[in-house]
Amino acid sequence: MSTELITQLGYVVASGLFIFGLKMLGSPATARRGNMFSALGMLVAIVAALLDQGIVDFTWIVAGMLVGGAIGAVAARAVAMTSMPEMVALFNGLGGAASLLVGWSALSPDSGTVTLVTIVLSILIGGVTLTGSLIAYGKLSEKIGSGAITFSGQQIVNSLVVIGILGGAVMFCLNPTDPNWLYMVIGLALLFGIMAVIPIGGADMPVVISLLNSYSGLAACAAGFAINNNALIVAGSLVGASGIILTQIMCKAMNRSLSNVLFSGFASVSNEETVVEGEIKPITADDAYYVLEAATNVAIIPGYGMAVAQAQHVVKELTELLEKNGCEVNFGIHPVAGRMPGHMNVLLAEADVPYDQLLEMDEINPRMETVDVAIVIGANDVVNPAAREVESSPIYGMPVINVADARTVFVLKRSMASGFAGIENPLFYKENTRMLFGDAKESIATLIREFS
Amino acid sequence: MSGAEYLLFILMLSIFLGFELINKVPATLHTPLMSGANAVSGITVVGAISLAGTGSETMAMWLGVGAVTLASINVVGGYLVTDRMLGFFKKKEG
Repeated sequence: MSTELITQLGYVVASGLFIFGLKMLGSPATARRGNMFSALGMLVAIVAALLDQGIVDFTWIVAGMLVGGAIGAVAARAVAMTSMPEMVALFNGLGGAASLLVGWSALSPDSGTVTLVTIVLSILIGGVTLTGSLIAYGKLSEKIGSGAITFSGQQIVNSLVVIGILGGAVMFCLNPTDPNWLYMVIGLALLFGIMAVIPIGGADMPVVISLLNSYSGLAACAAGFAINNNALIVAGSLVGASGIILTQIMCKAMNRSLSNVLFSGFASVSNEETVVEGEIKPITADDAYYVLEAATNVAIIPGYGMAVAQAQHVVKELTELLEKNGCEVNFGIHPVAGRMPGHMNVLLAEADVPYDQLLEMDEINPRMETVDVAIVIGANDVVNPAAREVESSPIYGMPVINVADARTVFVLKRSMASGFAGIENPLFYKENTRMLFGDAKESIATLIREFS
Repeated sequence: MSGAEYLLFILMLSIFLGFELINKVPATLHTPLMSGANAVSGITVVGAISLAGTGSETMAMWLGVGAVTLASINVVGGYLVTDRMLGFFKKKEG
């Protein structure tokens, strides 16, 4: 067998392992093994690539892999689960940068036009992914302001950048010997990544990182075309598909179209005053305890505020005490409860909450009428009944968790300030709502003391 | 077997397959899915390896080495952090 054939067969095996690994990600019980299959596929692909006869010098390849691998391993161990979105954004950016470099180095004087086009695509998508992800990283980690940055004439500037990219790309394909056109495309692609993400506010970042995730896959795909490599095309399109599906899910959960997320800052929404009737009824932790002690079915609705208060571990403790008391406890998790798709589930799983207790919005809503107490911790917009009832509300039509259908609702909240989107929440004024003011972690710790 | 139309054929099939598979991933695993997909997109390392080692041009070699390093961060970091997260997911005992 020729080495060429072995390499190609290696790529086939690797692609098969990626697909199998992804399939096993369909259930939490098999997901971990699936991830290992996928990693094994990557190992096979790397070994196959190293067998390539054209390679004359392994020194720098191995050096690069060791340095990169060590950085990756340290980062993977050190990262806190609350910082996962930043880390994913950063890794996305690196993937984009790698595709940019692969496209660039695949360039040779005798490339045909089709190859040139794919090289430009690889560089373009890679560049946009790189800087876009870095801005997303900056916003998520609050190294730069997380608000939407807009200025007048932004659309015009962006259009000019796009025209420049297209023009530069065409000129480069026509004159591949002149590197200046290539530098222009690279520069403008990097600039466009920045311009595309700065007008998007912090609340919309889950959509953006999902989208950039799919870009990093598409960039790998384009690089695969540029260098004629099947493994890159298969793996890249799987990643591209995953990013696109997650983007759709996030948009649907916020009842907004993708173009609405990308082109209009949330801030521009009119701050129309909704008149809310009723009064706020506070409750003390003591009284809350008596209600909970009598409850047989409790639903906990967490939001990102719970993670900020680092309250997930005390919440888990409270769950155990309630269960010991003969009560059924479930968690209702809104798709945009965390800062990236599925983020809240990971945070709760880290606190040892079993995954079969984590219910999706569509599972918990039909059960809400049988729930005695719904406890809202650090969530606001995702439980806002205005989304169903107030047509003038900016979030009208967004699917929410219908906590008001429960017999009693406890809202754990620091003060009466409104949520991320700055929208009044009529839930707080409902007949069956009780407000438990104070730090969520403190309040729950008090409840736990009452139980034991 | 390396014509662009052949590669397009592969692309089409794997996009459909990707949509089918990923639609079956439950919402609770979306974060690991994303970081795992991230690791898979580090597949560019494979392309980078073949470009970094050809020894044809100094420029191409250094670009390739840079790509190998960046993609390795992606691959190793992505798989390890996904494994760490998936380790948290436990079924209720009893």
